[in-house]
Amino acid sequence: MSDDSIALQLQVQEALLQKQALTIKGSGSKNFFGGLIKNNLTPLSVIKHCGVVNYEPKELVITARAGTSLAAIQSLLAEQGQMLAFEPPAFSEQATLGGTIACGLSGPRRPYAGSARDFVLGSKIINGQAEILHFGGEVMKNVAGYDVSRLMVGALGTLGLILEVSLKVLPLPEQEISLTLEYPVNEAIEQMNKWSATPLPISAACYDGANLYIRLSGAAAAVSAGSKRIGGDIIADGKAFWYSVRELRHGFFNSDKFLWRLSLPSDTPYIELPGKQFIDWGGALRWYIANTDDNQDLFSIITRHGGQVSLFRASADNTAKNNYLRHNDAFHPLSTALLDLHKQLKHAFDPQGIFNPGRLYREL
Amino acid sequence: MGILMNRAELSIALKQFLPDSAVISEQEALHPYECDGLPAYKKMPLVAVLPQTIEQLQQVVQLCHQQAVPVVARGAATGLSGGALPLEKGLLLGLSRFNKILNINPLARTARVQPGVRNLAISEAAAKYGLYYAPDPSSQIACTIGGNVAENSGGVHCLKYGLTVHNVLELKVINPQGELLTIGSAALDSAGYDILALMNGSEGMLGIVVEILVKLLPCPERAQVLLAAFDDVEKAADSVGEIIAAGIIPAGLEMMDALAIQAAEDFVHAGYPRDANAILLCEVDGTNEEVSEHSKKIYDLLLSCGATEVRTARDEAERLRFWQGRKSAFPAVGRMSPDYYCMDGTVPRKKLAQVLTRISQLSQYYQLPVANVFHAGDGNLHPLILYDANQPGELKRAEDFGAEILELSVQVGGTITGEHGVGHEKIHQMCVQFSEPELEQFRALKLAFDPHSLLNLGKAIPQPRSCSEYKLIGSCSHNTSGHQHRGHG
Repeated sequence: MSDDSIALQLQVQEALLQKQALTIKGSGSKNFFGGLIKNNLTPLSVIKHCGVVNYEPKELVITARAGTSLAAIQSLLAEQGQMLAFEPPAFSEQATLGGTIACGLSGPRRPYAGSARDFVLGSKIINGQAEILHFGGEVMKNVAGYDVSRLMVGALGTLGLILEVSLKVLPLPEQEISLTLEYPVNEAIEQMNKWSATPLPISAACYDGANLYIRLSGAAAAVSAGSKRIGGDIIADGKAFWYSVRELRHGFFNSDKFLWRLSLPSDTPYIELPGKQFIDWGGALRWYIANTDDNQDLFSIITRHGGQVSLFRASADNTAKNNYLRHNDAFHPLSTALLDLHKQLKHAFDPQGIFNPGRLYREL
Repeated sequence: MGILMNRAELSIALKQFLPDSAVISEQEALHPYECDGLPAYKKMPLVAVLPQTIEQLQQVVQLCHQQAVPVVARGAATGLSGGALPLEKGLLLGLSRFNKILNINPLARTARVQPGVRNLAISEAAAKYGLYYAPDPSSQIACTIGGNVAENSGGVHCLKYGLTVHNVLELKVINPQGELLTIGSAALDSAGYDILALMNGSEGMLGIVVEILVKLLPCPERAQVLLAAFDDVEKAADSVGEIIAAGIIPAGLEMMDALAIQAAEDFVHAGYPRDANAILLCEVDGTNEEVSEHSKKIYDLLLSCGATEVRTARDEAERLRFWQGRKSAFPAVGRMSPDYYCMDGTVPRKKLAQVLTRISQLSQYYQLPVANVFHAGDGNLHPLILYDANQPGELKRAEDFGAEILELSVQVGGTITGEHGVGHEKIHQMCVQFSEPELEQFRALKLAFDPHSLLNLGKAIPQPRSCSEYKLIGSCSHNTSGHQHRGHG
């Protein structure tokens, strides 16, 4: 529990004076995510800036410093029967709140409960002029000023250092049941969408190539009525299953090849690609492991379906990934007009370009 | 860029690519465009245009960009903060002719709509698929989805289902240079910065929204509403936290105080207990089983929190009647007084009782009655200050009273606006909520989108130096203009 914000502010001031770009560091659990971290950057560690600043279960809000461990926050919430409803993947016991928000990743509950940014109510940041600024707050509704707090989510620290975040939290569901049914792929995609269009209390839906998995969450009576309507077999350890999906520890992800993340409209039929796919988010997220290193067509195919491609990680061989990232961005290419807007935004927050250069796009 | 165009020159230039009927420049015909839902503030625009295609819109914006003519966009003008107040030297861009629902995809649960489509029309069109659009501002019969995006509108159901920002997937936006951008996508993730989040609630200052893809939700199987009466406002306010603590997120949780109850009863005979000092309306929705379980829990809880009476709507007709009282509360209060001024601060739920007590003290101090009707579940207050603009000094007292309420909201950890926006109205209170470096960051962000400051300039974010000038006057709570505030949302 310590407030390290003044020391962090001094380090940013120093970096501005020295014209020395910084790489923001939490626990390092998501170093693999995004563009290459350049060698010539000065590390700026947020790990000492930690602790829960305010948590009142009745307000449905928690405010914590960026270096606070995600696990600590989750266990504190669980003691009060609450949770982070976007079900963030951690990828490590040490993962921090700041990194979670900066990466903006959400887990299986995302299509039904909302994404990381949906739960952000406020933030305290240090911008590229070493100013400590506060946006949003701890209340549910707040439309005063531009929504800078949500802009920070997924910006990978390129717009500023996140010092503190306020998040909306939700009650843990009274009960959860996970079901599995066998389906061919296109029927599975259609079925996930159809169920999602009914008032069933669905909180996750994925497909592993042979079986469809559905999680129901809510009042006990509602979950049991819903599971009768869906049918299939109950998974004995649903918690472990969804953990493996969220943390990418499911058997599917055991591979040395590139792991691509395809974001698509949920009702997109199965797209034939040379490799295997795991479908999450009720059809809207497709993990893809290619058989081949030639991914030339991938971008155009996915774009044609209204989707976006990002290179998520490469399990074993970092050399190949580093080679790729020297010539490409990890994330889907932006249109010229949008990239231009990104550059302007970057400039508005970080005029000297000292925060995490290249981490989101090589031009930023 | 040339010298600013005058009215005649601008009309002629616009008629090069717009039909004559889409260009309004006669004084008489411009009157309806002078103000929005806050008619206290009025300004005559140079010209108003009503284009019908995206190409025409782009041409309008490109012309304004070339000629440095500022642009204010307008939907149905139901906004309550003067966000669509025209600029005297500016163009008013009416989007009312963009009123088509382009597509509904029942499988993907999305609707693609034009910005001039009314909020309620989306749910009506989606109903046949068992789907609806969740955010439901009180003005939903009239307000447009484009305006909802600009204000990040909420409504009665947003505690459970979120604000506009949570229910919009993609926007097509014309930037101040007249280029068409797609922001967000039908997929759940988009690459790069979350500009979609930024556009919601940006009050028309970052771009002109010309197409919107919204998320649709399955209609709940059942909804049930409970009405609880309290002899004490504080007990009612505290029971709100207890419901949340019990692990239930109601679909709606609304509160009305004695004055609002009387007004609503006189107006629509909703069946509210007239002797109560406060009522809570608590709606739960979901599957049949869930609603039964939660209704029972909440029923017991409200009694244990000191409710003098709890009623469960016996049927759909009674449920709608309970809501009708709430939904018509603003016009009902409007019948009691020549004028009223509607505030919009949000405070942490635990401060509700404290803030309500303080508002009632201020009401005595300023000698103006106040009715409270508000979204208790998310702490969003709508105190309605009753006054008579024809009585010398009353308007000024109402404005000072309102400003104190907003500043009080900030003091207790809340915000000056939960859902109505800053617009023209609350621009000075921005100086109370934000520091100068924070405001400067907002200005830099605005310039990233709009380097020549053409879009809705002067709204939402105070101009440089205006805060210091304002603070020199001594207080943020003194407006000087002599006009009336009348909201109805």
